[in-house]
Amino acid sequence: MSSNAITVSGVQIDEKPWVDILHEWVTTVDHKRLGVLYIGYALLFLVVGGIEAIVIRIQLMFPHNDFVSPQVFNRLFTMHGTTMIFFVAMPILFGFANYLVPLMIGARDMAFPRLNAFSFWLSALGGLLLYFSLVGANGLYGAGNAPDVGWWAYAPLTARAFSPGHSSDYWTLSLLASGFGSIGTAINIIATILCMRCPGMKLSRMPLLAWLNLVMSGMVLITITPLSAAQIMLLVDRYLGGHFFDAQAGGSAVLWMHFFWIFGHPEVYVLIIPCFAFMSEIIPVFSRKPIFGYPVMVAATVCIGFVSMSVWAHHMFTVGMSSYANSFFTITTMAVGVPTGIKIFNWLGTMWGGKIQFKTPMLFSIGFLFQFLIAGLTGIMLACAPFDWQLGSSYFVVAHFHYVIVGGILFALFAAFYYWYPKVTGRMLSETLGKWHFWLFLVGFHLTFDLMHIPGLLGMPRRIYTYEPGRGWDTLNLLISVGAFIQTIAILVFVANMVISYFKGAKAGNDPWDAWTLEWSTSSPPPAYDFASIPVVASRRPLWDLKHPEDPDSRYE
Amino acid sequence: MSAMANPFPEAPPSWSLPYRGKVAMAGLIVAESAIFTIFVVAYLFYLGKSVSGPTPREVLETPIFYTLCLLSSSLTIHLATKSLARDRVGAFVGLWLLTIALGGLFLYGTGQEWHRLIYEHGLTISTNLFGTTYYSLVGLHGFHVTAGLVMLLVVAILALAGRVRMQESCRVEVLAMYWHFVDAVWVVVFTVVYVLGR
Repeated sequence: MSSNAITVSGVQIDEKPWVDILHEWVTTVDHKRLGVLYIGYALLFLVVGGIEAIVIRIQLMFPHNDFVSPQVFNRLFTMHGTTMIFFVAMPILFGFANYLVPLMIGARDMAFPRLNAFSFWLSALGGLLLYFSLVGANGLYGAGNAPDVGWWAYAPLTARAFSPGHSSDYWTLSLLASGFGSIGTAINIIATILCMRCPGMKLSRMPLLAWLNLVMSGMVLITITPLSAAQIMLLVDRYLGGHFFDAQAGGSAVLWMHFFWIFGHPEVYVLIIPCFAFMSEIIPVFSRKPIFGYPVMVAATVCIGFVSMSVWAHHMFTVGMSSYANSFFTITTMAVGVPTGIKIFNWLGTMWGGKIQFKTPMLFSIGFLFQFLIAGLTGIMLACAPFDWQLGSSYFVVAHFHYVIVGGILFALFAAFYYWYPKVTGRMLSETLGKWHFWLFLVGFHLTFDLMHIPGLLGMPRRIYTYEPGRGWDTLNLLISVGAFIQTIAILVFVANMVISYFKGAKAGNDPWDAWTLEWSTSSPPPAYDFASIPVVASRRPLWDLKHPEDPDSRYE
Repeated sequence: MSAMANPFPEAPPSWSLPYRGKVAMAGLIVAESAIFTIFVVAYLFYLGKSVSGPTPREVLETPIFYTLCLLSSSLTIHLATKSLARDRVGAFVGLWLLTIALGGLFLYGTGQEWHRLIYEHGLTISTNLFGTTYYSLVGLHGFHVTAGLVMLLVVAILALAGRVRMQESCRVEVLAMYWHFVDAVWVVVFTVVYVLGR
């Protein structure tokens, strides 16, 4: 295809010294390199957060286990939650958005390349601050080396009296820094999508990935900011002697919960909507059919964006709210299920009657559909206030949200890795190792998180560091931990696949999947300027039009 | 390098998209509005919940003059950008400096009020809930005014150096959007703190 990289014959390019390469990466403003930096940074933290999860599971494997002390256990689940949400899921999704959005809308870079680099380095600073607390937070008190207040940091745990030293301060500052980074990136994505589309790319012709990232970025603007505001209040309390969350001076601990969950719940949708975006690109290509119900998909996403803003207090049923509040949040939470259900039906409708190819990206996508549905159903169960009074703060809740985050978000991310790795590196990931990765991870995932619902139903509370034998939780906890080890092996297979394929993988060519969106029209990996000539599009599937000039989509849309 | 045929269809005859600066500033304004909303909610939620004095009714005085200063600075910056768009650089610089003066006057007013509250009434951020919420909300707004003034000053210096011309008017308008937002927030803060809060 002629929108390939421009090559100049007769020019020898010398190997650069590694210092120059490092300098190029650190000072880069290229959206592709920043995307890769975001993803690499997130994968690093995925390993760290994963190790924390494994240590948690080793501790809970047997009753009365003392692998770690209760204090360390508190720090572990705090760091695991904070790391996975803020320094794995957010940056990895921003990385994909950074890499793909300009390529898919036919632009040569983001709207503000330097803001993009600034946002990335702010987020990176946030992650470093969080882990710097391990060395820096000791302070004069010798108390606390890592934050131990939970990822929700409920008041008054964070008050000076209960959290001496500086571990909570590092937690606060790290979330503030990465929060500002997220806002910068969100503004950048919005400006890119609204202002940088190539000629002919009307909003109604945009790939769904761009649409969904637009909605996600809009949500980031109004969900991350309440968290930043609450963190500022917490800093005022801790450093200036304020009373926002100080119950003795009339302050309210429940207000912190509201502020945290006004951020916390829409955050789940901020994470899952880009995963919906991956599904909406991958499932059509491997079903050899255009997406079913494009306008409805867009409408359902916007609808999720709005409704998910008014569901936060379903995290607080057990606090004891008025019956009106309980009813309101039960109804809104159940209402979110409607647009989400529309999406699932649309993906199934896309597959229906298609010529499905069971390549690794498609396997992970099908896993996503199945598991996300179950995660949604336990979500509907927990949305009933009376049910939640019984099972809130039990392992049932832990199982539910890990089903969303691992079974939904992580599976979608793996699908995206296998689908776009050839574009980023120019090499295919190995299908054999990919299938090993998929099946091992699937078995490990279901062993861990299916079974985890049961100790919850049997009354095992969250956040306990050990338990009495003979309550019917012993075998289950052992199996849950075994599942975690199987998942670890699967992740190692994935890492091995990425490394081996980078050097030995089959050459991908421009368009290994015979796909239809613009990123596949340029070379793999794309040149720094993305497109030699800015493309012009006439339909939602520009490459279909190009490959089938006798029967282009533009004739029907 | 050979001349490459464009593989894609013809470009549509007219293709214009919004200016990225304005879109980005609109995004920032949405994000900032959410931050201010949280602080306003905290202020309203804690009204009358302080366990000790002083109360807003006892110590707050409505800053009508300084409010008028800030609100009229919105008008001057609007006229300034309009002048620049019509290539009347002299009028632009004059109105721009007037905007900075009005904003500075407002900031002086806030400083004076805080001085009075701290030294005459002994109200600090740690005195009671009213002090905590009042200084945070008004302080957050004051911080935004200060940041705005710094940016306005940078433009003023560039303008005095002859570097701001008609071509730059759309960029200057982006900054004006921010300034209008800061003014609009003051309308909300004023209503909440000095009207509803007493």
